[in-house]
Amino acid sequence: MPAIWLTLIVLAISAIGFFMGRQRALASAGGDSRNLHSLPIYYGSNAFMKSIVPAFGLMVLWMLVQPLFIDNRVVQMIPENEVAQGSNVGLVMSEVRRTADGLSKAVDVGLLDEETARNGAADLADVTQRLKDAGQVVTSEITQTVLNASQAYRSMAQTSNIMMTIAVLIVAVAGAAWGTMESTKSFRARNTVEQGVLALLIAAASVAILTTIGIILSLIFNTIEFFRLYPASEFFFLLEWAPSFSGRGGASSLGILPLLWGTLYISFVALLVAVPIGLFAAIYLSEYARPKMRSIAKPMLEILAGIPTIVYGLFALLTIGPILLSVFGDDGLGWMQGQRAVLTAGLAMGIMLIPFVSSLSDDIINAVPQAMRDGSYGLGATKSETIKQVVLPAALPGIVGAILLAASRAIGETMIVVLGAGAAARLSLNPFEAMTTVTAKIVSQLTGDSDFASPEALVAFALGMTLFIMTLGLNVFALYIVRKYREQYE
Amino acid sequence: MTDAAMTPDSAHPSKSLTHADERTKKRNAAERRFHAYGIGAICTGMFFLIALLAAILSSGLPAFRQAVVEVPFTLTQEQYDEAEKALLKTGKYTEYFVTSLTDAMESEGVEIEFDKKAIERLLGKVGGDLRAYYRENEDQLGTPVSFELAAASRVDRYLKGTFKREDLQSGNRFFMPEDFNLIDAMREAGLIKQVFNWNFLTGVDTGVDNPGGAGIGASVLGSFFMMLVVLVLSLPIGVAASIYLEEFAPKNRFTDFIEVNISNLAAVPSIVFGILGLAVFIQFAHLPQSAPLVGGLVLTLMTLPTIIISTRASLKAVPPSIRDAALGVGASKMQAVFHHVLPLAAPGILTGTIIGLAQALGETAPLLLIGMVGFVARYPDTFVEGFIEPNSAVPAQIYNWAARSDAVFTEKAWGGIIVLLLFLITMNTIAVILRRRFERRW
Amino acid sequence: MNDMRILERDVDTNDVKIAAKGVQVYYGDNHAIKDVDVEIDDKTVTAFIGPSGCGKSTFLRCINRMNDTIDVCRVVGDIQIDGEDIYDPKVDPVQLRAKVGMVFQKPNPFPKSIYDNVAYGPRIHGLAKNKAELDELVEKSLRRGAIWDEVKDRLDAPGTGLSGGQQQRLCIARAVATEPEVLLMDEPCSALDPIATAQVEELIDELRQSYSVVIVTHSMQQAARVSQKTAFFHLGNLVEYGETGQIFTNPVDPRTESYITGRIG
Repeated sequence: MPAIWLTLIVLAISAIGFFMGRQRALASAGGDSRNLHSLPIYYGSNAFMKSIVPAFGLMVLWMLVQPLFIDNRVVQMIPENEVAQGSNVGLVMSEVRRTADGLSKAVDVGLLDEETARNGAADLADVTQRLKDAGQVVTSEITQTVLNASQAYRSMAQTSNIMMTIAVLIVAVAGAAWGTMESTKSFRARNTVEQGVLALLIAAASVAILTTIGIILSLIFNTIEFFRLYPASEFFFLLEWAPSFSGRGGASSLGILPLLWGTLYISFVALLVAVPIGLFAAIYLSEYARPKMRSIAKPMLEILAGIPTIVYGLFALLTIGPILLSVFGDDGLGWMQGQRAVLTAGLAMGIMLIPFVSSLSDDIINAVPQAMRDGSYGLGATKSETIKQVVLPAALPGIVGAILLAASRAIGETMIVVLGAGAAARLSLNPFEAMTTVTAKIVSQLTGDSDFASPEALVAFALGMTLFIMTLGLNVFALYIVRKYREQYE
Repeated sequence: MTDAAMTPDSAHPSKSLTHADERTKKRNAAERRFHAYGIGAICTGMFFLIALLAAILSSGLPAFRQAVVEVPFTLTQEQYDEAEKALLKTGKYTEYFVTSLTDAMESEGVEIEFDKKAIERLLGKVGGDLRAYYRENEDQLGTPVSFELAAASRVDRYLKGTFKREDLQSGNRFFMPEDFNLIDAMREAGLIKQVFNWNFLTGVDTGVDNPGGAGIGASVLGSFFMMLVVLVLSLPIGVAASIYLEEFAPKNRFTDFIEVNISNLAAVPSIVFGILGLAVFIQFAHLPQSAPLVGGLVLTLMTLPTIIISTRASLKAVPPSIRDAALGVGASKMQAVFHHVLPLAAPGILTGTIIGLAQALGETAPLLLIGMVGFVARYPDTFVEGFIEPNSAVPAQIYNWAARSDAVFTEKAWGGIIVLLLFLITMNTIAVILRRRFERRW
Repeated sequence: MNDMRILERDVDTNDVKIAAKGVQVYYGDNHAIKDVDVEIDDKTVTAFIGPSGCGKSTFLRCINRMNDTIDVCRVVGDIQIDGEDIYDPKVDPVQLRAKVGMVFQKPNPFPKSIYDNVAYGPRIHGLAKNKAELDELVEKSLRRGAIWDEVKDRLDAPGTGLSGGQQQRLCIARAVATEPEVLLMDEPCSALDPIATAQVEELIDELRQSYSVVIVTHSMQQAARVSQKTAFFHLGNLVEYGETGQIFTNPVDPRTESYITGRIG
């Protein structure tokens, strides 16, 4: 039974529970809701909640565990020697899943009867042909083992589905019945429902924690896997990045240093653009601009912040790159070879970060108490003296925090560097050369057709881990500084 | 600031206020310089904004225009029968078309020699289109019909001036030097006109052989399904989490931990969320790759911190007196929050959600990792398939086009950006209107 | 008001330092000061008293053009210091404020060291040629501010770390360091405890030797204690101006009398 039908049936059972709970409560109070502890709706909600929450919980849990369980059982059916050279169990398993899926579809269109689909002794050639007739993608790699494994996979999945349907329905009905039985006039339905709602609220708040855990686990497991295949010392200290493409043989050099250098260099260029412009813009807006000017200029700058990064990437590749090339390229000064360069990506990223720096700094400068400024003006200081010698020193920690946050943004930025920075990893000081970054390589290593078990793909997780730790460190530190700073003036 | 002529008698001991001394002059000059830096910074920011918008509009607007060749055409019954008997049926139709086109140009006083091949290079498989039309509408035989035929992308670009005679590389099978003369001739005869390119808005992505036919429609739908997932998941979860943290959470380590988590998640690079999606939703949970459902889940996790932060701000803005009033008449805390605080905070929550959605709509990097960047050339058949069938999204489609070398796809990428920005502007405008309309000063 | 009777008590014949004629101040549409005429003497403590919102602080801030920093504020009329119109377009407010120092209601030391707080004014105005001179000036100002003995061992400590009373005296020392001729004080003791208040009041009395001091205060007792002349403001009008003793013992205007006896305000 498809999950969507099961969902609807569970909903229906819970709805029935709602009305029964409500009715029973009213009946126990002799039809007068004033005799009830809580409003009638709470009795209904209680039954509804007790039916739907455990049923859906079980369903989700089952659907998460089922593939793991079945995979585990089916993998045992595949002998070690069946796994072809250069392949792995993972690939065979996806083949098994695909074949199982194909079998079901072939049965659906009537080209295969249920009997044959389940029959372990069925003729391989015949079934393959029938699958092809049914329009299913069949690779030549289907072996007897794969066919048998997929038949087992299919029957286990079917059994499991039926069991799940039954279990979920039982839980739903039992919950509804329990909620209904509870509904007597002295039952504190409101408190129970409210506790349930509170639990849901806590669960929602925990999603943030789950996300963090998910990020950390997915990075850690794959990184460990990577370091099993590739020496960590080379990853951290090798000065070369040259992945070999899978299948072509030869060892890859996967040193992170050239990528880190590219990342930091481009981020540095970006900050070189964004910090002075953003900071002066913030100073102007908060100290000099009249309210009318401010109300125009501030949203205009913030438009820059609302533009998606893909737009900046395109702008870098197709506008900034050609302009730089016409000045510094072979027709001009002859320093630049292609449109993609550190400067191209850095400039675009700098433009993107201007509003980020300016709005954070603006907030921070505004948090400096007016009394400070008055004190300085009262002594005959000019505005710029007041800003340079009183306001900025007072705001310095906050501004440093803002710049660190901007740096973290720059380091984690992907689309601009993917489009604007180039693909070659280089350790060079020349800003007119193409370089690449950690994020760009994560994208290129994971979007190709390479299989997930190769070090060339797994390295992306190690890169991701490095990126995560770097940005997390910067963020935690920056947020700490900014918080301390705010507390000072609160 | 001061008259130079007045400085000599500033020598007397008590300093006059109307005379700026040397030092003050210097200080005021420094002040003016500093002020100028500020204005300079604002102007630079504005300049970048204008440059960006100018680049987008100038490069993207042509994607919305399409050159068509309009030719009056009459097919007689005899011609029809003859063509249907011929070995190369569509070829025959093309021949008829060549004749009509030549006639049409001659009637305008333009004479030029060209062959079937040239027509197919410039206007695609004209014969097939004509045949299909007449097989459908046999009653139109013998009556003059005006055909509008979409020109190939190179014709389009030649007319727009982005493709010039000198740009043509020799040996190009798809375009010959003499084709330029034919285009010029058709233009001279007034047969070419520019129309709005509806296909760009409604069409699907195409292969490199037909860059002109590529459209953004299917990926808009992909984005739509993703946003639906994001909205349905992130709004309730975000609001529930905010209510807990703002109204119920005791001050303890668990709460602190959640808070730290949320503020850090808001600053985690988006690509890391892509890695999370790849590892958890695709590798671990075996959800379908490239599906809007998975994209939506990843973007939900990314958007949640934004929504939680803005929702908490709106909840905080509801004064405590409202809660006290509700509690004072015997409402439970839960009732006070759900009956009074939440409705009052709703406009702010909605505004924050729309802004979060707008952010998610423009996000590209995580989508690349979960495979939403593949070449997808069809619309989903049913509503449910819309979630689980492979699809692209607007920003991923833009990236895809930008990564192809053909200049026509580049133009499409800029055009896609205009579409994307229109959506973002609409969403942000709604958010601003909501905020203005329901803004409350306590 | 021009025919001020010279009474016996410690009043010397002083020159007029500040002369205001027909001063009007608007905050947007709000008419905050209505047609105020006043002449403030040199080397005298003048107190401005009146209920909250009567415009006394606003008027004080006009004297060194601190109101310029508020966009919606507009000042009409004529204020002269030593015979020069301070609202003349040629006047640089920066120079004016160096000449007319100000101490604020809440102590507002900069988040810098005590030394740098005091040295800030002399530095920006270039009053000291070298470090030794600056050191000397800082010490002199801190002594003037009656805080030298308390801070001389920790000049590098942040000014924000001092107690409220110390902070306010530091602010006074800071104001004195630019060698102003007039010192404006906007309720300088309202954030201080009685002991700190007594110290500051004592200091104000000493400062009278060198400066013309104008003090805004809520406390009538304080006005009576420290000032020689008192001006009573009410609803933006200057109701009465004269010798402190006379205002407190024998006010001319019935509104002044009501305020002093505690019936309004």
